[in-house]
Amino acid sequence: MRPIGWSEVIITALIKVAGYSAIIFVTLIFTFLLREGAPTLFEVPLEALAQTRWYPIEDYYGILPLIGGSLIVTFGAALFAVPLGIATAVYIAEIAPRWAREILKPLVEILGGLPSVMLGFIGILIIVPFVREALDIPTGLTAFTGALILGGMAIPTIVSVSEDALDAVPKTYRDASLAMGATPWQTIWRVTLPAARSGVLTGVMLGVGRAIGETMTVMMVTGNAPVLPTGLRSLFSPVRTMTATIAAEMGEVANGSVHYHVLFFIGIVLFLISLIVNLTAASVVFKQRKRSERILS
Amino acid sequence: MLSDSRQARIIIAMQRSLPWKLAFLILIPTLILYGCSNPSDGGAASDVPSTGIVNKGSDTIVNLALAWAEAYQVLHPDVRISVTGGGSGTGIAALVNGTVDIANASRAMKAEEIDQALSQGIDPVEFVIARDAIAVIVNPNNPVRRLTLQQISDIYSGKINNWQEVGGEDRPIVRLSRETNSGTHVYFLENVLRMGEKENRTLFSRDTLLLPSSEGITSEVRQNPNAIGYDGLGYVTEEVKVIAVASFSGGDYIFPSAESVNSKEYPIARDLYMYTAGEPEGDVAVFLEWVLGGEAQDIVKELGFVPIRP
Repeated sequence: MRPIGWSEVIITALIKVAGYSAIIFVTLIFTFLLREGAPTLFEVPLEALAQTRWYPIEDYYGILPLIGGSLIVTFGAALFAVPLGIATAVYIAEIAPRWAREILKPLVEILGGLPSVMLGFIGILIIVPFVREALDIPTGLTAFTGALILGGMAIPTIVSVSEDALDAVPKTYRDASLAMGATPWQTIWRVTLPAARSGVLTGVMLGVGRAIGETMTVMMVTGNAPVLPTGLRSLFSPVRTMTATIAAEMGEVANGSVHYHVLFFIGIVLFLISLIVNLTAASVVFKQRKRSERILS
Repeated sequence: MLSDSRQARIIIAMQRSLPWKLAFLILIPTLILYGCSNPSDGGAASDVPSTGIVNKGSDTIVNLALAWAEAYQVLHPDVRISVTGGGSGTGIAALVNGTVDIANASRAMKAEEIDQALSQGIDPVEFVIARDAIAVIVNPNNPVRRLTLQQISDIYSGKINNWQEVGGEDRPIVRLSRETNSGTHVYFLENVLRMGEKENRTLFSRDTLLLPSSEGITSEVRQNPNAIGYDGLGYVTEEVKVIAVASFSGGDYIFPSAESVNSKEYPIARDLYMYTAGEPEGDVAVFLEWVLGGEAQDIVKELGFVPIRP
């Protein structure tokens, strides 16, 4: 056995530090959020936070419309991006001929790299007027418009990750299925997709995660009116999301004021929501893996 | 002379809205790189003592402040003026925190802001630098041409919800406003929605769209016949229609203009301010004196604002 060189020790240490730093950063960020946001609970009574009016310059701190706004935009984006994203991934991985695949995959990845400000500009100039005229609604600055653009931003993530997962499914699975007389569609739907489930779900979660955290685009196209969404109709009216609120108001608040603390509190809520989404996804993936392992073993 | 004007290059960060900020994040390194690529300037610059004035605040004033900075720069090449937007509240907060020399504000400082400044050992001094009319704008296809102050207040507070009620077509009204950190928003709330009454607690209707920039309001009004918006007269373009406003029912309907603002006929007009920390000294004092003089006030007029002296 060769003696362990110094370089080996240093490199191992560096990799360790890099690994732990992620944990340390998340902890630090959460501590900071808590420190700046927690005073809210002493300054604003919970009933006031659970109100439906957000107008901080007159001390109305009801955050329900903002939570509702974020959820409805994200939900709308998922509704539109998940089926389209998975379908595109299936086409690229399973159906498309080689040349189409070699063009499509990088194109989708370029789409994922578009800066969100640019999409916001396109949204304001083209999609907003189009949505208003096509749906005959009072204004095109709606949750729906935001969902449409966010969905478009989530699709590349979903496609890219799902396609990798589908690609990783062993060819023998498909061959076995086809050999037993299944049609290509049955093979995709019953064999390939379930086998790639955890990867597909990871892609969906990453895409939805991008949608819920997106700020610039939603601020430009959703109208930012703090109205509590009450149903499907609200999808076609203006909403204000948590991210847009923080971005629009953070620059102006006095450091340490009630408004400042409430904005950090909203940050905590946002953090918790994305944590829940991730944990749910992780547990679903975990369960599925156990089940599929049982079947395949 | 040529090298003088080249060496004292103004680095201007125009942050009218978030998209601009991002654009400038890219632009600023480019400017710096450009600056570095002219080593011949470097030697000359160190001979002349150059000083900087940091100027930040109201988005309404940012274009005016930029034009002033450029004009002043030609007269005083040794003074560098950096101008940033962000909103009146942002500028005042920066003055209180001691990070700027001049804060631009489209509203007077609030009592609590003055208290806050005093507690930080800063005694803010106010200068009225120009006047501004706030124009109420609609889509050119909207047949409504004039409104009373009361009608505008009722529209924005949610009492009037259809253009038919003010003599227009049967269309829903889409209300557009600037974000709450804008001095224009606060001015409009106090002087239009609440009609200047201190006890009046009227608020904007919940479904009022709060747009992050003047451009956002203009682009929506331009394409949406349901929309009503408001903006500083300096930002109004040809593509939207300005409404004539009467102070009371039965009064004369007046269009916003330099004349109608100075004669106090147009009801939605306000003073624009610059604040300094304590009495200005040195370059800042010279700059402010120039701002209040004839040449700078001509620029005010060119940009669609109203000069302080007719």
